[in-house]
Amino acid sequence: MLQMPVVILMVTFALFIIMHLLPGDPIYAMIGESEASLDPEVIAELRAELGLDDPVLVQYLDWASDLVRGDLGRSFRDRSVVTGAITDRMPVTLQLGLLSLMVAICVGVPAGTIAAVKRNSPVDAFVTLFAMFGVAVPNFWFSMMLIWVFVVELRWLPASGFVGVWSDPLEAARHMALPVTALGLTLSGSIMRYTRSSVLEVLNQDYVRTARAKGLSQRTVIIRHALRNSLLPVATIIGLQLGSLLAGSIIIESMFALPGIGRLAIQSINGRDYPMLQGVVLLFTVTVLLVNLVTDISYAILDPRIRYS
Amino acid sequence: MAQAIEALPAAPPRRRVSPQRLWRTARHHPMASVALCVIVVFVLIAVLAPLIAPYDPAETNGRNRLQSPSWSHPFGTDSLGRDVLSREIFGARVSLQVAVLAVAVAAGVGVPLGLLSGYRGGWIDVIVMRATDAVIAFPGLVLALTLVLVLGPSITNIMVALGVGAAPNYARLVRGQVLSLRNMDYILAARSIGAGDTRIMVRYLWPNTLPSVIVAGTLTMGSAILAEASLSFLGVGVRPPTPTWGGMLNEAFTQIYVAPFLSFFPGLAIFIITLSFNLLGDGVRDLLDPRLRTTQGL
Repeated sequence: MLQMPVVILMVTFALFIIMHLLPGDPIYAMIGESEASLDPEVIAELRAELGLDDPVLVQYLDWASDLVRGDLGRSFRDRSVVTGAITDRMPVTLQLGLLSLMVAICVGVPAGTIAAVKRNSPVDAFVTLFAMFGVAVPNFWFSMMLIWVFVVELRWLPASGFVGVWSDPLEAARHMALPVTALGLTLSGSIMRYTRSSVLEVLNQDYVRTARAKGLSQRTVIIRHALRNSLLPVATIIGLQLGSLLAGSIIIESMFALPGIGRLAIQSINGRDYPMLQGVVLLFTVTVLLVNLVTDISYAILDPRIRYS
Repeated sequence: MAQAIEALPAAPPRRRVSPQRLWRTARHHPMASVALCVIVVFVLIAVLAPLIAPYDPAETNGRNRLQSPSWSHPFGTDSLGRDVLSREIFGARVSLQVAVLAVAVAAGVGVPLGLLSGYRGGWIDVIVMRATDAVIAFPGLVLALTLVLVLGPSITNIMVALGVGAAPNYARLVRGQVLSLRNMDYILAARSIGAGDTRIMVRYLWPNTLPSVIVAGTLTMGSAILAEASLSFLGVGVRPPTPTWGGMLNEAFTQIYVAPFLSFFPGLAIFIITLSFNLLGDGVRDLLDPRLRTTQGL
């Protein structure tokens, strides 16, 4: 927990250095005109105004002191407030991420459990194959295959765009169906795989045999005794999936033209928009660190033997 | 002195990989064996690309644009009339090259750091671990994207970007193993007869971490291929006209309404090779470290 601020400082400082090494001047990326057509005085003024003339360390310290006050600065590209741009786009990414995670868990945990219970059956073989598919398939290719089938051939769903869930729930669901399916099913592979192995291990334990011996139904044994104890490693995997989820959101949002934070990250990188990218990376990093913390805490809830001092 | 050390308390037994054991593992892991064969085929395709590709992958033909798969162009042609099969064959070169070299960079950076961090402990350990925390917490794709933009979109730079991103995993893996190995009798014995830190790390600790590193390396190759394809798909990978599978998918995406078949084969190739590395990694893990053998058979 105490390490979090240190890690955040290291990440943001490293990004600051990397961004300043990027070829190309953010001023030109911002104005979008060729170097020759710009008045050098205007450029100098802009550089001074944006603080780009200061040494990198000074720029970083300025940014960090603003951060403490909750100010992430303004975009170089359109001068919009970074925190505002991020909060505007947050609902889209949250919607995509949470729905995908829900699909991944709802598919992965039951399928993995059934595969473990029916070990070496055709169901097990199918789940194993599906898990392998989920782990190895590139989500952008899977998205393209979904677009091919459901948009180009069947014409059932739209290929891109975003509709707010409160303005038109049905259209919102139609627009999110493909991105969520693509991201959720590819994430479900690892969850399926780990649930299966974890349940299999627990099923061989003495207490499960005891539960069976005292005449409990298979359903009760699996759900009350085996599944709860096997969810510990699965919780870790779900926590670790967040990195893949964020990486996936960057690609999927770009493919399906979803105005989320992932797409903002790509636009900021391409536009050399330092403040915006710093803000996005800060958000991603804090999210990853917080989820890791929540995963650790969830251990204690799932397994009362684990206690943190 | 070295002989004296070897006569002292034994290091953890290292299993020899005999042909019999290989055969037994191959029989027990048919999927890993098939995966190895698939990888060998892809490597052969990459090496022999100029000999087996039916057309020049960069040769454009305005009259053959966006042709569906046919006998003359089994995978069809793209928007510039280039043969997709030939481009896919040459694309294997980039993917495999990046995967192998990215893993080499990751292990080359991560393993020494892990050895040093685990063996020396103290402030070195603190710095290395916090640095790995930072890199791991950094969104991997954003790190790779920015590094490639800084360094420039070449195969070497992509492999460096991917390798740097993956190095912390190796550092943590090796550090964890060294922590448990460093207090073993054979290390204490080596130290007591005067073996230096470098010798202990290189001669006695590193070989015992090797099996895990090999397993991690095999599994990371699949991720590296996926990551390279993602970068190329986002348009920051190897620049055209060099064919890459991710780049081909990027082009195919723009033509998805007109020629959806263009996206099928490059993605399938990425999927098959990634799957093969994952399956091989599982098999290698069972071969090199039976203690990690999973009961799940996945």
